[in-house]
Amino acid sequence: MMSGAAMVVRALKDSGVTHVFGYPGGAVLDIYDALYAQDDVKHVLVRHEQAAAHMADGYARSTGKTGTVLVTSGPGATNTITGIATAYMDSIPMVVLSGQVPSMHIGEDAFQETDMVGCSRPIVKHSFLVKRAIDIPMAIAKAYYIANTGRPGPVVVDLPKDLVNVLEEHPYEYPEDVTMRSYNPTLKGHSKQIKKTVDTLLNAKRPVLYVGGGAITSEASDLITELAEKLNAPVTSTLMGLGAFSSVHEQFVGMLGMHGTLEANKTMHNADCIFALGARFDDRVTNNVEKFCPHATIIHVDIDPASISKTVAVHVPVVGSVDKVVEQVLNQISKKDLSGQKQKLADWWKQINSWRERQCLNYQKSDELIKPQQVIEALYKHTNGDAYVSSDVGQHQMFAALYYPFAKPRRWINSGGLGTMGFGLPAAMGVQMANPDAISVVVTGDGSIQMNIQELSTCLQYNLPVKIISLNNRALGMVRQWQDMIYKGRHSHSYMDSMPDFVKLAEAYGHVGIKVNHPSELDDAMAKCFALKDRLVFMDIAIDQNEHVYPMQIKYGAMDDMRLSKTERT
Amino acid sequence: MRRIISVLMENEPGSLSRIVGVFSQRGYNVDSLCVAPTTDSSLSRLTIVTHGDDKVIEQITKQVNKLIDVLKVTDLTDGTHVERELMLIKVAAKTDLVRSEVNRTVDIFRAQIVDTDAKNYTIQVTGTSEKLDAFAQAMWAQTEVIESSRTGVCGLARGEKSLRA
Ligand SMILES: Cc1ncc(C[n+]2csc(CCOP(=O)(O)OP(=O)(O)O)c2C)c(N)n1
Ligand SMILES: [Mg+2]
Repeated sequence: MMSGAAMVVRALKDSGVTHVFGYPGGAVLDIYDALYAQDDVKHVLVRHEQAAAHMADGYARSTGKTGTVLVTSGPGATNTITGIATAYMDSIPMVVLSGQVPSMHIGEDAFQETDMVGCSRPIVKHSFLVKRAIDIPMAIAKAYYIANTGRPGPVVVDLPKDLVNVLEEHPYEYPEDVTMRSYNPTLKGHSKQIKKTVDTLLNAKRPVLYVGGGAITSEASDLITELAEKLNAPVTSTLMGLGAFSSVHEQFVGMLGMHGTLEANKTMHNADCIFALGARFDDRVTNNVEKFCPHATIIHVDIDPASISKTVAVHVPVVGSVDKVVEQVLNQISKKDLSGQKQKLADWWKQINSWRERQCLNYQKSDELIKPQQVIEALYKHTNGDAYVSSDVGQHQMFAALYYPFAKPRRWINSGGLGTMGFGLPAAMGVQMANPDAISVVVTGDGSIQMNIQELSTCLQYNLPVKIISLNNRALGMVRQWQDMIYKGRHSHSYMDSMPDFVKLAEAYGHVGIKVNHPSELDDAMAKCFALKDRLVFMDIAIDQNEHVYPMQIKYGAMDDMRLSKTERT
Repeated sequence: MRRIISVLMENEPGSLSRIVGVFSQRGYNVDSLCVAPTTDSSLSRLTIVTHGDDKVIEQITKQVNKLIDVLKVTDLTDGTHVERELMLIKVAAKTDLVRSEVNRTVDIFRAQIVDTDAKNYTIQVTGTSEKLDAFAQAMWAQTEVIESSRTGVCGLARGEKSLRA
């Protein structure tokens, strides 16, 4: 027998939870009291509930485990909404436990009452409003099961205060096994579709593997590498898939899409077969769908049937998880003679290499101004390419994605689908919590970092030695870039004359701040930053304000219609 | 094209709002919606009449199927099916002339007068939505329609096909 509050904590432990990111308040005080009495589950006290959700998210992205959030009713719960939406768009497993007013007051506009199940409904995979204390273990067990199976996503568990009362005890029974008649994700691909896939792949003269976040979720990296090598096919990746296939592999042609490489987008556009693995033909990839890859037979593997043919009609749909399907394909292919594959794709590679020769990521260095690309290259060098890199949203995000080649999955942590400024720092903190010995970096901008800067305080409390690489262009750079390109340089509200002194700010929070103004200082400053292994370091790097992110797709065009610099286009 | 989507789902609080949410969130049309528990009270059956091109309908069925509470989804209009809707309609019936005219129409449509007072008839009609439309129109031609209420379509596939847990 135990109280509802004790059941919550116990059910978290039984669900394998190690960390809870949260913030207390009236409706969850009983649960907080139950947390006090134990050390199985570590609670991390944030400074804003949005950050709790992003921390849980960073924890989840870097480990594959479900991230957990605990907040009070009303404002505590609504503050998590952006974090839940961020996780939803990128299919990240997360469980959000929210307090609720006592059952008998629900619907009365009681103090700190919001309909959390209703507020979060469009941005969760599922949600529960628990009705009886004895249902708590089952609701929590189901929440974790749903969050991290099939296409993962956030699940909300709303807990009315009367259910978790520490004074009332109930029998506790955690289910050994969760099954639901209405929820059974398909993992293995249909054998007929696998056969079609293999035939299409082997008949292709100009194939490409288009790898997305689903490849990371399903831990399919090794299998995809094996398949790519067997087929001798080029591989491109979405923003979400970076690292699933090593960016330093010679068959990698770079990220595709709006800010993809020229060679990646050219390869896609000219391919006769696209093998999409856990990617969803997002509008930031396809550009104008009417002009999308006109020569290709498209095979689409996705665990979510609703993702298939949602934006682009595909020829060979395969419902299943990427790892299982690639394994099935490999089993079939291993029976075939693939010795001719190199020869068959020789012309294709010749063409791809000619696109590579354009060296679309080259940029003009300067003696006076630090270029953002140069900062990311220095970061790569000083972390041996082996850091966990979280990112905020803006130009700096694209520079990080393009200039830091990720060799492993789960190393690139960014808000791809929702594009949430303020995601980076808390995500990097979640990463650091989950991987205490790793280097956890956040690449951010002067705009984004101010959207969750209060978490510097949390970093001090938990000794999180996150490294903040802030590309300070004194502007909302990405907005400014669009204004330069589309609005004749009318910089409407995209620059800020009132930047704080970030070095002093870091110091005020008890950390180290380093200001970098000149290209000649960059290397030493980076070295100093990463030598301070146990400290949070805030690198405030003044970069060229006028730099744009290129390449960039031209609106309404095909995938490979791109601007390559301020003056050149394809 | 007009489509009838049939959904079998857990009869739990919130299930209906999730389904309705999918339609409003993703901009799909709901022409009518009819929902009630099945003979197994742990399940609800929902019938949604919607319209859209094939791509939209495919997305609707997939997105609804994706909801955790949903067991099965089928597009009844894919095959032969039986569909029915019920309407209660209250009309002014003050004079003998109107009463006899309305009575005749009720007979033709095999409708029923289920309530009456000095001034009104309340009539029940069942059938396809078109039949109900036609009946309402006939009433308008003969007298004044005071109010009406329709259930929305419910339907089943003909023959062997069924939607069961
Ligand atoms: C919460 C939120 N608000 C607004 C935006 C729109 N937005 C996208 S990038 C950007 C500018 C980001 O500025 P900064 O963090 O300084 O990065 P930079 O582009 O300068 O590298 C804005 C405002 C967003 N993505 N997220
Ligand atoms: Mg900026």
